[in-house]
Amino acid sequence: MNQAARSKSMTIGEGGTAAAFAILAFLSLIIAAKAYTAEYAFHAYLFAAGSIAAVFAIIDRYYSRPAQTPLTIDGKPNYNMGPVKFATAIAMFWGIAGFTIGLWAALELAFPVLNFDLPWISFGRLRPLHTSAVIFAFGGNVLLATSFYVVQRTSRARLAGDIAPWFVVLGYNFFIVIAGTGYLLGITQSKEYAEPEWYADLWLTVVWVVYFLVYLGTIMRRTEPHIYVANWFYLAFIVTIAVLHLGNNAAIPVSLFSPKSYIVWSGVQDAMVQWWYGHNAVGFFLTAGFLGIMYYFIPKRANRPVYSYRLSIIHFWALVFLYIWAGPHHLHYTALPDWAQTLGMTFSIMLWMPSWGGMINGIMTLSGAWDKLRTDPVLRMLVVSVAFYGMSTFEGPMMSVKVVNSLSHYTDWTIGHVHSGALGWVGYVSFGAMYCLVPWLWNRERLYSDKLVNWHFWISTIGIVLYITAMWVSGILQGLMWRAYTSLGFLEYSFIETVEAMHPFYVIRAMGGALFVIGALLMAYNLWKTVNEPAAVRVALAPAE
Amino acid sequence: MSVWARHAVLEKNSIFLVIGILIVIAIGGLVEIVPLFYLKSTIEKVDGVRPYTPLELAGRNIYVREGCYNCHSQMIRPLRDEVERYGHYSLAAESMYDRPFQWGSKRTGPDLARVGGKYSDEWHRDHLRAPKSVVPGTVMPAYPWLEQTELAYARIADDLKVHAALGVPYTGEMIENAAADVRVQATTDHPDAESLAKRYSKAQARDFDGDPRRITEADALIAYLQLLGTQVNFKLYDDKANIR
Amino acid sequence: MTDSSYRALAEFAQTWGLVYFFGVFVLVLVYALWPSRQKKFDEAARMPLRED
Repeated sequence: MNQAARSKSMTIGEGGTAAAFAILAFLSLIIAAKAYTAEYAFHAYLFAAGSIAAVFAIIDRYYSRPAQTPLTIDGKPNYNMGPVKFATAIAMFWGIAGFTIGLWAALELAFPVLNFDLPWISFGRLRPLHTSAVIFAFGGNVLLATSFYVVQRTSRARLAGDIAPWFVVLGYNFFIVIAGTGYLLGITQSKEYAEPEWYADLWLTVVWVVYFLVYLGTIMRRTEPHIYVANWFYLAFIVTIAVLHLGNNAAIPVSLFSPKSYIVWSGVQDAMVQWWYGHNAVGFFLTAGFLGIMYYFIPKRANRPVYSYRLSIIHFWALVFLYIWAGPHHLHYTALPDWAQTLGMTFSIMLWMPSWGGMINGIMTLSGAWDKLRTDPVLRMLVVSVAFYGMSTFEGPMMSVKVVNSLSHYTDWTIGHVHSGALGWVGYVSFGAMYCLVPWLWNRERLYSDKLVNWHFWISTIGIVLYITAMWVSGILQGLMWRAYTSLGFLEYSFIETVEAMHPFYVIRAMGGALFVIGALLMAYNLWKTVNEPAAVRVALAPAE
Repeated sequence: MSVWARHAVLEKNSIFLVIGILIVIAIGGLVEIVPLFYLKSTIEKVDGVRPYTPLELAGRNIYVREGCYNCHSQMIRPLRDEVERYGHYSLAAESMYDRPFQWGSKRTGPDLARVGGKYSDEWHRDHLRAPKSVVPGTVMPAYPWLEQTELAYARIADDLKVHAALGVPYTGEMIENAAADVRVQATTDHPDAESLAKRYSKAQARDFDGDPRRITEADALIAYLQLLGTQVNFKLYDDKANIR
Repeated sequence: MTDSSYRALAEFAQTWGLVYFFGVFVLVLVYALWPSRQKKFDEAARMPLRED
């Protein structure tokens, strides 16, 4: 025992991180004691508790770990799948939480009594909780899990860093907790999709830099000569989100002891920076990152190389270059100067081409193996996700045309558009990847039940269709009602009449959302069974043997 | 080295890939954002837009805290129906002191860019407490806690200081009197009302929440709402001087 | 920056910028479609399938 203990020593990384956390815990306790508001003190205590737990975890891990972690075992890479497993499992949890909160918010719009006159769950606080939970908590963890998986497998190398990968996944989820509880308590910047306040933003910056280093370090370790194209997309996602996050959250806190900060940009400039961020959160978080998933998981699952590797290269550079310009289409006809609006519209329309190039590349990967769509429900989910991607990237450029936008902007049409991308594309490609990952990670031969995947697919597809069509109708209806004139030249409808006309569609939308939640619950059950009842998997396999 | 070999370097070398991505994404952002800070035409020259009073700023922070932007825009587009429904289209100058901007992206409820002066304080009080009592068909949540919660304004001067550091023309006098100005503005016929009006032109001062005993979050929010869109006198504003 | 110097810069960007971007796009196309790279790309495309 003594010998084992002597042959290992604490690494600089372990010691340094533990020391940093100890300092952070101390600092957090001081802040908690002097905080201006109770809500901020609560967050400071969370930081302190998290830091202390981190110190103990690092020490505990030091005693239980082997002296040296080999990079390869028997000539095969010794993959580090612990953080991947964690991110996969918690993505499922956040997914169900985020979808359910969305359902609740949808019900609040249909039946406002559900706000219960409580500040914490009133729509204005709940809606950001929903968007952050599905985009950053669910989507973010899916991206962490798949990116760490894909970069290891396609580099044939163990994840760089020792505790760094764990710091990334745990630190990121701690950010989610701070952000989410903050909204409920009224701590928000009220910048769409960038609501967390300055200290949560700072924390995320640290986590993100480590994420970037781990990712890049793993690529540098690769034993393959080429960087597989999925990693290009993941890398673009990581790098660009870092730039966007810093630009859009440049804020000055009122005090170290106050959760409140003021953004350095104001008015029209803040609007431009915000939508430069906001649209590229869509472009690089919800698109580039998930295209990384598409370029790995669809070929892998179909057991065929991607349709055209050359197209994927053109797809990559065109997408990365064009997307960043599209932001101003969120500001058509506003006080943003016309030249910027025109630029935004032009590039948004051009964006249609690389988007469809990518869609064709994903779907045509199946060429010659279309029969697999019938037999493999997971592959079907992945391919349908790409079809949804094609649909919403057609609708998006159309809505960025100023004339169309004059009708669609400010209405539910936008909400419907977002959800065709979010539920259909991001949701399905994530579900598909998770259905692949769980058996691979936990060494199961197959999923607990393909039949349940089938049910999940059809129930949530009906849900998506209900959702999108309800929002199309309500959005276009409301847009037309706002601009309707009587024969005498007066506005035909008061605003409240247009609100009342939305009610049936809000009910249908909530029904669609409920179906989507039910599908996700089936999925969680299926994955749970896959992991925890390997015996069942074997039994199911028995007749075939 | 041939061009092709160099491309192979780009493809094989992760650092080059990262730098390539950075360059490519920098172009669009820089071209669209940087000129907005240099072009004088970005923000029109108008009279009347002044920084928020401490009470209005506190009210705006409540608007931000409750996430009102999720359902209300503050940006009237130059379209016939919007101008007729809400008033003159919004100018960039009108939100020049807004941190963050609250133009919004969704109108589940109506635009609020010019809601100031459209309804009485009493109406706002009733509407915030129980929206259905004044607008039966509304889907807006009730905000009864606003008039029950005392406004935390003891440190409001710090908020002004941050704005001043960012270039908002708050004077030392304004910062010094910040907390006092909150009390003055939330009181009907306060003896110091004149000095408040001198610091902040046309600041409306009265007991907004109808409860003279204390200053609540409803006082601040209603003061902010009653200011929205009222600062520019559009009888004097020349549209054509600011064609962009 | 004055508005007139901005206008000169904008005019330059709107003409030569277009040519430049088009040139870069052609370069990407040439790189991706160069015949001799076919084999390499085919190999790269098979990477996910060759795992242990």
